[in-house]
Amino acid sequence: MNAPSITTSSAQDTAVPSRFNLAAALKDAFITALIALGLSIPILSYKTEQNGSDLFLASRWRLVAIFCAIVFVLRVLEHAFLATRAARKALPDPHQATEPVHAEPSAYQKVSRFAIPMFLGVAVSFPILVYLVQGGLNESRYWVDLGILILTYVMLGWGLNIVVGLAGLLDLGYVAFYAVGAYSYALLSTTFGLSFWICLPLAGILAAFWGMILGFPVLRLRGDYLAIVTLAFGEIIRLVLINWVDLTNGGAGISSIPRASFFGLPFTAGEGGFADTFGLEFHGMHRMIFLYYLILALALLTNFVTMRLRRLPIGRAWEALREDEIACRSLGINTTNTKLTAFAIGAMFGGFAGSFFAVRQGFVSPESFNFLESAIILAIVVLGGMGSQIGVAIAAIVLVGGPEMLRNLTFLKAVFGEGFDPNEYRLLLFGMGMVAMMVWRPRGLISEREPSVILKERKAISGSLVKEGHG
Amino acid sequence: MSAGTSNPMQSHQSAAAATHQPLLSVRGVKTYYGNIIALKGVDMDVNEGEIVTLIGANGAGKSTLMMTIFGNPRAREGTITYAGRDITKMPTHDIARLSIAQSPEGRRIFPRMTVFENLQMGASINGLAHFDQDLERVCTLFPRLKERLQQRGGTLSGGEQQMLAIARALMSRPKLLLLDEPSLGLAPLIVKQIFTIIKELNEKDGMTVFLVEQNAYHALKLAHRGYVMVTGNITLSGTGKELLENPQVRAAYLEGGHH
Ligand SMILES: Nc1ncnc2c1ncn2[C@@H]1O[C@H](COP(=O)(O)OP(=O)(O)O)[C@@H](O)[C@H]1O
Ligand SMILES: [Mg+2]
Repeated sequence: MNAPSITTSSAQDTAVPSRFNLAAALKDAFITALIALGLSIPILSYKTEQNGSDLFLASRWRLVAIFCAIVFVLRVLEHAFLATRAARKALPDPHQATEPVHAEPSAYQKVSRFAIPMFLGVAVSFPILVYLVQGGLNESRYWVDLGILILTYVMLGWGLNIVVGLAGLLDLGYVAFYAVGAYSYALLSTTFGLSFWICLPLAGILAAFWGMILGFPVLRLRGDYLAIVTLAFGEIIRLVLINWVDLTNGGAGISSIPRASFFGLPFTAGEGGFADTFGLEFHGMHRMIFLYYLILALALLTNFVTMRLRRLPIGRAWEALREDEIACRSLGINTTNTKLTAFAIGAMFGGFAGSFFAVRQGFVSPESFNFLESAIILAIVVLGGMGSQIGVAIAAIVLVGGPEMLRNLTFLKAVFGEGFDPNEYRLLLFGMGMVAMMVWRPRGLISEREPSVILKERKAISGSLVKEGHG
Repeated sequence: MSAGTSNPMQSHQSAAAATHQPLLSVRGVKTYYGNIIALKGVDMDVNEGEIVTLIGANGAGKSTLMMTIFGNPRAREGTITYAGRDITKMPTHDIARLSIAQSPEGRRIFPRMTVFENLQMGASINGLAHFDQDLERVCTLFPRLKERLQQRGGTLSGGEQQMLAIARALMSRPKLLLLDEPSLGLAPLIVKQIFTIIKELNEKDGMTVFLVEQNAYHALKLAHRGYVMVTGNITLSGTGKELLENPQVRAAYLEGGHH
C-alpha cells in the first residue's frame, strides 16, 4: 500500500547490509494492518443476510481480525525478505566494469536446466501419478480434467506468445481464433461428418486465415490502438456467432459434437471400441486420458514450432519487429509479411486449441469465448514474462490451477467460517496475485530473453544484472 | 549478392552508368511531414567510390534526406535514382535489398537481442549466406564487439552501440553506406576510431559512403565532397577542402572549434 517506503527501507538496508530492523518492520506492519482495517470496515465487516423476506446486517469482525492479522504477518515477512535480499545484493555492481563480465549463468539458464526436464516429466507422467496417488481411475477424473484445462491454457498462452511476446503486437482478441477453431470443428463435424483428425488442420487453417483478415487492417497500428482494434475484433466474432443463427445456432450453441476417436477407434463400451480392441475393461476415463495426451501433444507442438521459428529468419524478424520496426524495414525486412505471419501462426495455434476445446466439451456456445478469456490468456503471457516459453507455462499453471486449488482448501472454511466459498474470492485473489507480481517481478516471471543463438565460447553476460528499461 | 553482377548485360550497363551518372542521385526532392515541408527541393549526387558528407545545423533536414532516400518518409516530389533505377516509390525493405545499407539516427539497434543476433539481422537480406566471413570482418574492424557478441545490445555503451549499428549495416555487404551522425555523443577518441574505420572501408573495400554529420571539421576532412544544408535546402557544395576553407562554412560550422 505504501510501496515507496519499501524501496527506501531496502535502500537503507543496502548501506548496512546484514541488519534487519525488527522494530521498524513491526511498526510498519502495524500501520499496514491499520490501513487494512480501515479498508475492511466498509468492505468486509458487515454482510447483508436474508432471512425469509427480512434483510438484516450480520457483523463479521472475526473475519476482519483474521484479515488484518494476515496482512500484518505478510508485511513483516516482506520486510524480512527484502532485508535479506538487500544484504545479498550489497556486493559491488559488476556492471560498472568496462571489461566484459563473465557472469554466472543467467536466471533463465538456471531455471531451464532443472525446470524443463522436470516439467516435461511431470506433464507426461501426470495421469499415471494421479492414478497412483488417488488410487483409481474414477478418483483421478478431477485431476486429469484439471490437467487438460491447464494444458489448454498453456497452449493458448504459447500461441498468443508468438503474437504478443515475440512480435510485440498487443492482441486483446485472441479468443476470436479459439472460437473460430471451436466452431470450425463443431460445424464441419456435425454438418459433413468429418473426423477430428481432418478438422484439426482445417480449423488451424481457417483460424490462420482469420488471423490474416485481422492482420490487414491493423498493419499500421501499434500498442494501444492495436489493442483496441483487436479487442473489437474478438467481440465482433462473438457477436457474429450469437447472431448468425442459421449457421451457428446462435446463443444456444452447437451440441452433440462427435467425440474424438483413438485414430478411428471410438471410446465406447461396445465391440470395436478402444477398450475392446486393446483388451481393457471399458472405462470413461480412457477418453479423458487420451484427451490429456492429445492436448499435451498439441501444446508441445506449439512450443516446438515456436522454438524452431525463433531460430529461423522469420522468428528473428518477429523479435526484431518487436524491438524496432523502422530499423527492421531499413534492414530489408518486409514488416507487412512479418506481422501477417505472426498473426496467422499465432491464430493457427489458437484454432487448434479451439477444436480441441470443442471435441472435449462436445458442445460449443458463444458464452465460452468472451473477453475474460482473452484477458486471462493475455495475463498468462504477460505474467509469464513476454516471450518466455517456460514462464508462460508456469503462469498458466498458477493462474488456471491456482484458483482451482482454492476450491480444495477446506481449512479455509475452518478459518473463515462455514459459509466461506473460496470461489467468490477468485477474482480478488487473481487481482492480488497480479499486484504482487507487478511489485516483485514487473517484467514477468521469467523476464529475461533467452538468446536464440548461444555461442560456444560462453561470453554470456547475465541479463539479470542489467535492469531493463533503465538504459 | 545482387542479381545484376551475375547478369553480363546488366553489369555492362551499370559499368557504363558509373562513368556517366552517379551511383545515387537526388533530384528536386521535396519531403513533407503532414503539411510542413522539410526538404524544399534537394539536388545531390553521390558517385561510386566517394565519401560524401552532408553537414548542417540541427533541424536542417539532414536525417530527413537520409530517410527519404530509404523511402520513409517518401518524397512527394522529385526523383531518387540508385544505380540507374528509380527508387523514389520503392518500399523501404526493397530499397534495402539493392545493397544500400543505413546506420540511422539514434542507432536503432535491437536492445533485447544480443550483439550476435543484431548482426544476424543485418545479414538477413542475403540469408546469412556469407555470415561467418562477414562476422569475422566486422569483428576485426570492431574488436570491442567481438568481446561482446553474447551481450545484449541495450547494455552496450553508446560508442559500442554506434559500432554495432555500423557493423550491422556492413553485414549486408552494401555498395552504398548511409551513416547518420555516427559521432553523436561519443568521446573524441571513439569518434576518431569510427572515422578511421569509415576511411578504411572506403579505401580498402571501395565502399561508397554518404555521411551525415554535425561534426563538420572531421567530416569535411574525411570526405571527398560535401554539401551544406540549411532549412531544407542545399546551399553550398564542393570538395571537402573547398568547404573547409569556405568562410561561410567556417563561420557557421567550424568556429565553435571541433578540432
Ligand atoms: N516525424 C516528424 N514529424 C514532423 N516533423 C519532423 C519529423 N521528423 C523531423 N521533423 C522536422 O523536420 C525538420 C528536419 O528534421 P531532421 O531531418 O531530423 O533534421 P536534422 O537531422 O538535420 O537535425 C525539423 O524541423 C524537424 O522538426
Ligand atoms: Mg538528424
